[in-house]
Amino acid sequence: MSTPRIFVPNDATAIACGADRVARAFADAFAARGIEAVIVRNGSRGLFWLEPLVEVETPAGRVGYGPVKASDVTGLLDAGFMDGKAHPLCVGVVEELPYLKKQTRLTFARCGIIDPLSLDDYKAHGGYLGLAKAVQIGPAATVEEVFQSGLRGRGGAGFPTGIKWRTVAATAADQKYIVCNADEGDSGTFADRLIMEADPFCLIEGMTIAGLAVGATKGYVYCRSEYPLSLVVMEKAIAIARKAGLLGDNILGSGLAFDMEMRMGAGAYVCGEETALLESLEGKRGVVRAKPPLPAIKGLFQKPTVINNLISLATVPVILEKGGAFYRDFGMGRSRGTMPIQLAGNIKYGGLFETAFGIPLGELVYDIGGGTASGRPVKAVQAGGPLGAYLPISQFDTPFDYEAFAAKDALIGHGGIVVFDDTADMAHMARFAMEFCAHESCGKCTPCRIGSTRGKETLDKIIAGERREANLAILTDLCQTMKLGSLCALGGFTPYPVISALTHFPEDFGAAPRLPAAAE
Amino acid sequence: MHASGYEPWSAERAAQIIADHQHLAGATMPILHAVQEVFGFVPEPVVPMIAESLNLSRAEVHGVVTFYHDFRREPPGRHVIKLCAAEACQSMGSEALAAYAEQKLGLEMGETSADGRVTLEPIYCLGLCACAPSALIDGRLVGRLDRDTIDEIAAEAGR
Ligand SMILES: Cc1cc2nc3c(=O)[nH]c(=O)nc-3n(C[C@H](O)[C@H](O)[C@H](O)COP(=O)(O)O)c2cc1C
Ligand code: SF4
Ligand code: FES
Ligand code: FES
Repeated sequence: MSTPRIFVPNDATAIACGADRVARAFADAFAARGIEAVIVRNGSRGLFWLEPLVEVETPAGRVGYGPVKASDVTGLLDAGFMDGKAHPLCVGVVEELPYLKKQTRLTFARCGIIDPLSLDDYKAHGGYLGLAKAVQIGPAATVEEVFQSGLRGRGGAGFPTGIKWRTVAATAADQKYIVCNADEGDSGTFADRLIMEADPFCLIEGMTIAGLAVGATKGYVYCRSEYPLSLVVMEKAIAIARKAGLLGDNILGSGLAFDMEMRMGAGAYVCGEETALLESLEGKRGVVRAKPPLPAIKGLFQKPTVINNLISLATVPVILEKGGAFYRDFGMGRSRGTMPIQLAGNIKYGGLFETAFGIPLGELVYDIGGGTASGRPVKAVQAGGPLGAYLPISQFDTPFDYEAFAAKDALIGHGGIVVFDDTADMAHMARFAMEFCAHESCGKCTPCRIGSTRGKETLDKIIAGERREANLAILTDLCQTMKLGSLCALGGFTPYPVISALTHFPEDFGAAPRLPAAAE
Repeated sequence: MHASGYEPWSAERAAQIIADHQHLAGATMPILHAVQEVFGFVPEPVVPMIAESLNLSRAEVHGVVTFYHDFRREPPGRHVIKLCAAEACQSMGSEALAAYAEQKLGLEMGETSADGRVTLEPIYCLGLCACAPSALIDGRLVGRLDRDTIDEIAAEAGR
């Protein structure tokens, strides 16, 4: 029999909840008991409420236990953990958990299963089949495949990735770049982080395919500084890929060249905006550029640049492997394929849920997410990060789809959903939206830079009950100015959380509570 | 070495860091990160050095240092506690915890204690939003943060 293997995630959330201590406790216990076993540090499967989720390989499959504390290890081993025996923390065969079974994992197919830094594992699970296909069919057909898939940018704006690639491919230049946006600043999101920590070669493969497709030989991943572990894992994976000839001057013997490096942000939310990100990569202040020119024409160092969100790029390998038509078959309307939805905040089963577009919001919050962690009633969710609207329960029938959300003045953004229970004060959240905008504004335009500070002050007055009607009129007017007069979506979209909070929860802004009959 | 693990200012050391990173395209940020990792902050004398070696004006480099929230212009406390202040953590009571930490440490958000022992700061999302509230304490990630953890940190920092 081969040496038994157990799995303890090396993932930021798992570690933040004690995974390193758990791994050490297992290593110590194995030594003390003379048990021969391998401890694999896999990535997380994204079932974060169970982290640290420890798994053991058994003939029936990988059996999971979680959330495990270091102090649980002795008891687990006594109860027969190595054979997948019963224990209060046992969740059974992990792949059979409904939370995973209900998902359609295309982009995240390998996450939590493989050793993130094992190329053999990666290849055994379909890795590098996409790149092989791209090399075989050539650049033009690769761009077409991505176009046919219907993939839209997962960073927020939802622009068709294939069209962006076509533009860069068609623009002649001595140097072109692939830039991966891994700034992931939205509260409630962690999909980019999960890929970097659980399946880094998937991003490397996606960027390599992008490079070959548009004729770019150099890639940068701009990763936020709040993700120190992601940076470490990615650096290691890039070194491994380089050594294996999967990055460099002659990829897969194709004669084509592509290499990439990691760059670290410095705590500026606005640097997630693509042109601010490019400025930052160039070593400047992260001030937003006016468009045109588009980055696809004049991007990094004025050269044609594909800048895509990390999930857009990490989805490319499966599209190439299985075909654009396969990917396009999932989803609804103009939202094709799957979306890694991130359930966060005050939610019982927080984690990553990848599924085809079209699932209703309420199903995500209640059926998948189990309602609030506090056990109190849900009041609202904020979807799409700090620039996204607050949706009340009355809008929970909205399907998860770019257009359906837009029709409600809401945003799916990068796929984050933050749940709030009935103790949340929506006037306070509206004030926070303005405060955050003021804190993060790049300062280029007045409505954003000054308007957000005025907005915060005006909300302070409203909250204090000072000249309520007059100040609400000022706030509404200010929001209109910010929407129309801001260069980028930081100033332009901050009004959405503010106005949605005001529209759906006027009682939190000092209005008389609505009668039930008057509710929507 | 300082108790905090940072090196005291040295122009030679700074010059070395700059030389190590100067070849990178857009080298300003990698240099500033490396400087801060070694010295704990971005000492003023390094600004003209970076400017000169990258052929930039002092004002440009100064502008970069001041734009980004991460770059410090003063040394941090020996312990640095960053509490997440973004929405998902708020939904799990981070504001009450932050108030508790302020009271326990006798500091306001953004302050370093007079004895240089501890710095308390907000941070906006660590990507641990499904295990909120969260914190970054001396570079260590902490999820499911509660008062007990804050008490432990305060004790460690001698409060
Ligand atoms: C203030 C602001 C912050 C943004 N933050 C991010 C981010 O963290 N990650 C991201 O991928 N896109 C972010 N975006 C969107 C990018 O500007 C851009 O649309 C995206 O990188 C394009 O890639 P995609 O087409 O693959 O989505 C942000 C936009 C704005 C206005
Ligand atoms: S809206 Fe705000 S962040 Fe965007 S360009 Fe204008 S000032 Fe900068
Ligand atoms: S600072 Fe440019 S608009 Fe005023
Ligand atoms: S909001 Fe606190 S970790 Fe994301």
